[in-house]
Amino acid sequence: MTNRILFIVMLIVGLAAPFFAYPVFVMDLLCFALFACAFNLLLGYAGLLSFGHAAFFGGAAYITGYVIKEWGFSPLLGILAGTGFTLVLGTVFGILAIRRQGIYFAMVTLALAQIVYFLALQMPFTGGENGLQGIPRGELFGFIDLNNSLTMYYFVFAIFLIGFGIIHRTIHSPFGEVLQAIRENEPRALSLGYDVDRFKLLAFVISATLAGLAGATKAIIFQFASLTSAHWQTSGDVILMTLVGGLGTVFGPVIGAITVGALSHELSAFGSWVQVILGTIFVVCVMVFRRGIVGEIQRLVSRKQD
Amino acid sequence: MSMQVILAQALLGLNVGVFYAMLSLGLAVIFGLLNIINFAHGALYMLGAFIALIGYSFLEQWFGISIQIGFWASLILVPLLVGLLGVLIERLLLRRLYELDHIYGLLLTFGITLILQGLFSNYFNVSGTPYPGQPESLSGVVNLGFMYFPTYRLFAIVVSLLVCFTTWFFIEHTKLGSRLRAGVENRDLTQAFGLNVPLMITLTFAFGAGLAGLAGVLAAPIYSVSPLMGADLIIVVFAVVVIGGMGSIMGAILSGLALGLIEGLTKVFYPPAASTVIFFLMVLVLLFRPAGLFGKEK
Repeated sequence: MTNRILFIVMLIVGLAAPFFAYPVFVMDLLCFALFACAFNLLLGYAGLLSFGHAAFFGGAAYITGYVIKEWGFSPLLGILAGTGFTLVLGTVFGILAIRRQGIYFAMVTLALAQIVYFLALQMPFTGGENGLQGIPRGELFGFIDLNNSLTMYYFVFAIFLIGFGIIHRTIHSPFGEVLQAIRENEPRALSLGYDVDRFKLLAFVISATLAGLAGATKAIIFQFASLTSAHWQTSGDVILMTLVGGLGTVFGPVIGAITVGALSHELSAFGSWVQVILGTIFVVCVMVFRRGIVGEIQRLVSRKQD
Repeated sequence: MSMQVILAQALLGLNVGVFYAMLSLGLAVIFGLLNIINFAHGALYMLGAFIALIGYSFLEQWFGISIQIGFWASLILVPLLVGLLGVLIERLLLRRLYELDHIYGLLLTFGITLILQGLFSNYFNVSGTPYPGQPESLSGVVNLGFMYFPTYRLFAIVVSLLVCFTTWFFIEHTKLGSRLRAGVENRDLTQAFGLNVPLMITLTFAFGAGLAGLAGVLAAPIYSVSPLMGADLIIVVFAVVVIGGMGSIMGAILSGLALGLIEGLTKVFYPPAASTVIFFLMVLVLLFRPAGLFGKEK
């Protein structure tokens, strides 16, 4: 019930946002919100800490940008191509990473993501340090011009809602329940006859694909794909967003993405101090604020109900 | 391709390898007792290099202290300072997280990494500042018979190897080391025997941190000192650790050395792959020997 109300609030705020804030900035937030939701599916519900999600976010951006710019794909087809790419990449990385557990899983994903980063730096089609520039926004279905930022905004918002819907559906399905069982007690889930590795892999692939969807969309918004999106710091950013908003909560990653995104935006004049501040927030969150914003609110509400 | 080029690259690779070895050794020692992966290990390495640089070049300019801390003094002083920071991190922060999922330790140290990296990025160029303090006695080249090799690099290799193998000997063959291993094996039982395990944990973390600091000082005259030097390195070291497995001290040292060597040789045969070869090897190891070459899964 609460979730339904919150969803309606999110819908209204999302629809009204471009009239109150700079649309490109809000679109950026939406991409990160979807990215964080996808990440949360993995860490918050399956208990797997991927330190390499930037590979999907950034990788999809490059592929989408390339097929639109060089092959003349339509925006929708371009996003599909980028997302499809991360589906494959996510499957490969997932198969490798789930061979190790816990802390090793994090290190493996980080190292695998670094391969993508170096490829993006070295391959001929990516534009090296400059990134892939001048990606045309094009026209949706052949007649809706995406260069209009309001049109673009609602296109992005629709993508966000689709992604959010898929994640919400996944979490509240029997599949999602099994994931949480694995997170809570892996040996037990195994002994109950669940093919734990298959569940983990599927969660990883869904998460990677939706992270790719977010990255692909971002490439069209900003009309370029950059190395920054594939850098390990982006993997760190998405962890921070999820942590700040609330691990394992439906709306937490959205709130976290908005909070961290707005904060980085406000503080961008301070240069490297932003990093110091984000690092400090990281430390504070881990030490005393592990439930995150939404998690804390939920706890207060449920305490009141008791 | 001449043998000399290959040998030269192999030695340069070994030079990188000793840094991998020192860092993965530190990670393994910390992991053994604390069960956490210290993401900040790279940042502590960077910090070591920067303390040496500041001590040599910036003390007067910044703090008005007209003392110059030379290389030899740094070699002793810096690991102690970085170790001290390690004590603070362990006592004030990490200690409170032991009861929780181990990923929180990783996340905490990631935050510390961002803080340290951001701090130095404010004052130093990311493209690097050279460390001018390399001692006169270590400048020039030595004739190894088959080639000339920079004296300082040879010195760095020898010192690192000595430190690594001393650590190994200490842990595997001394009484204090055996207590440490007991703590790794079973913390509660070791404590029940009256050993001060919390103190051991603090000192272990400080030792690992100090090792990273020492690696930083040794690296300073070779590479230019940059706020990003640690982050780039630590991810490779993570791959090294995945390949070697953290079950054995010697395993951590040997895989660090071997992978540095392989990376150096890749530079000869196929330069574009030099930055990724270790990651690809990690993929192979995951496919065929998932627990790592020397690994005991914990």
